[in-house]
Amino acid sequence: MELSIHLTEKNNSLVIHLSGEIDAYTAPQLKERLLPLTKQNGTLIKVDMEAVQYMDSTGLGVFISALKSTKENNSKMKLIHIDERVYRVFKITGLDEIMDLEPRNKVERRNG
Amino acid sequence: MGKVVHSNIENYKSLLKNYIANQDEQSLYGVDMVSKSFLKNNILPEEIVNLHIQVLQELYPDLSEDIKHSMDFLLEAMISYGIKQQEIQTLKEQQMAIKSEISVAASMQETLLKADIPSIDGLEIGAISVPAHQMNGDYYHFVKGKNGTLGLAIADVIGKGIPAALCMSMIKYAIDSYPEESMAPKMILENLNRVVERNVDSSMFITMIYAQYLPQSRRLIFSSAGHEPGYYYNKANDRFEELKTKGLALGVLPDVQYQEYRVDLDQDDMVIFLTDGVTECREEGQFIEVDEVLDVIKRFKDHPAQEIVNQVYKHFERLQGFQLRDDFTLIILRKKV
Repeated sequence: MELSIHLTEKNNSLVIHLSGEIDAYTAPQLKERLLPLTKQNGTLIKVDMEAVQYMDSTGLGVFISALKSTKENNSKMKLIHIDERVYRVFKITGLDEIMDLEPRNKVERRNG
Repeated sequence: MGKVVHSNIENYKSLLKNYIANQDEQSLYGVDMVSKSFLKNNILPEEIVNLHIQVLQELYPDLSEDIKHSMDFLLEAMISYGIKQQEIQTLKEQQMAIKSEISVAASMQETLLKADIPSIDGLEIGAISVPAHQMNGDYYHFVKGKNGTLGLAIADVIGKGIPAALCMSMIKYAIDSYPEESMAPKMILENLNRVVERNVDSSMFITMIYAQYLPQSRRLIFSSAGHEPGYYYNKANDRFEELKTKGLALGVLPDVQYQEYRVDLDQDDMVIFLTDGVTECREEGQFIEVDEVLDVIKRFKDHPAQEIVNQVYKHFERLQGFQLRDDFTLIILRKKV
């Protein structure tokens, strides 16, 4: 399974659209794209997880290292439209309490 | 080797001669064999072209100058291929060396992390841990305290392979170095978190449950650092209950406080701890739900704890299309008289 990564800029914030699976094979790709963005002072990076159905703990590692980098570089990161199953991984590891996460809203999806 | 090469050169000559005369399959098959033998002996492409030129000149002393020049030209064109071939050879040798180093490291890890299951009064313990690759990123560890208590750690290092395995050894030796008085689960996790946060690569983290069993009060005290929840099996009502815990994985933030939880065990009650490798295996694209793990445990509940964990692994191993994506670790504690 592949992971495709698209970057768009909207209202002065960066949005990374991810699509596919984040696992040991695709995580290095994500790290390579995401980490440099967190190093730009004052940026807000939104990671759109709408099309991510699977993420293993290696993917979590990438977001943890991005989180550490946002703290060092005064940037911000928010994960949006997170699938229920993927959200569970953030919850178990306790990351839901220290990261800006927004689960997927089923109602909103149907209407939008 | 020189001898082999020489006989192959002779062979090449006669095969070429035959082929020019008859265009037969036999000669083509022959030259295929010869070329394989050349490869085996590290004969470079330009050497073969050179050989071809010599043979041609022997067979056709009146060979046109133009053809001779063109062959020299071809010889030059082959040189880069020869260099690449030599590079591949070197890489192959290096890969062999790395492979053997990894297998040495893997067996060293096995020795370092060898976890003996202690015998504790009134407690039966079953444990299994199977790595998905050569080196295991899961870890479990039992410590028997002087007053008959049991300390138990189950952990999953995220970040796979060798770095994860090295990290595991660090954790084991950190736990071993804590004095017995400070074995309270929350203290252990708080200390380990500092060790991991300081020493580990930013994308690496560890999830862990540390538990302590006190035989006199039949009480299990535990804390979780972002680990897969454990389960409590209540014999009286024949039900499993998720052991809900909160706590951040080790290595994410420098100062973290952990909470302690407890469960009191009655005769034949069980506590199950596992790593997410158990639930991350997939059956033809489908995830295995933890309920299935618990079902298998229930089915074998009258067997010894060690046999139950073995049976669970066997059950998933037998599934069609089963693929161990992650290391698999399962521990069962059962209260006995």
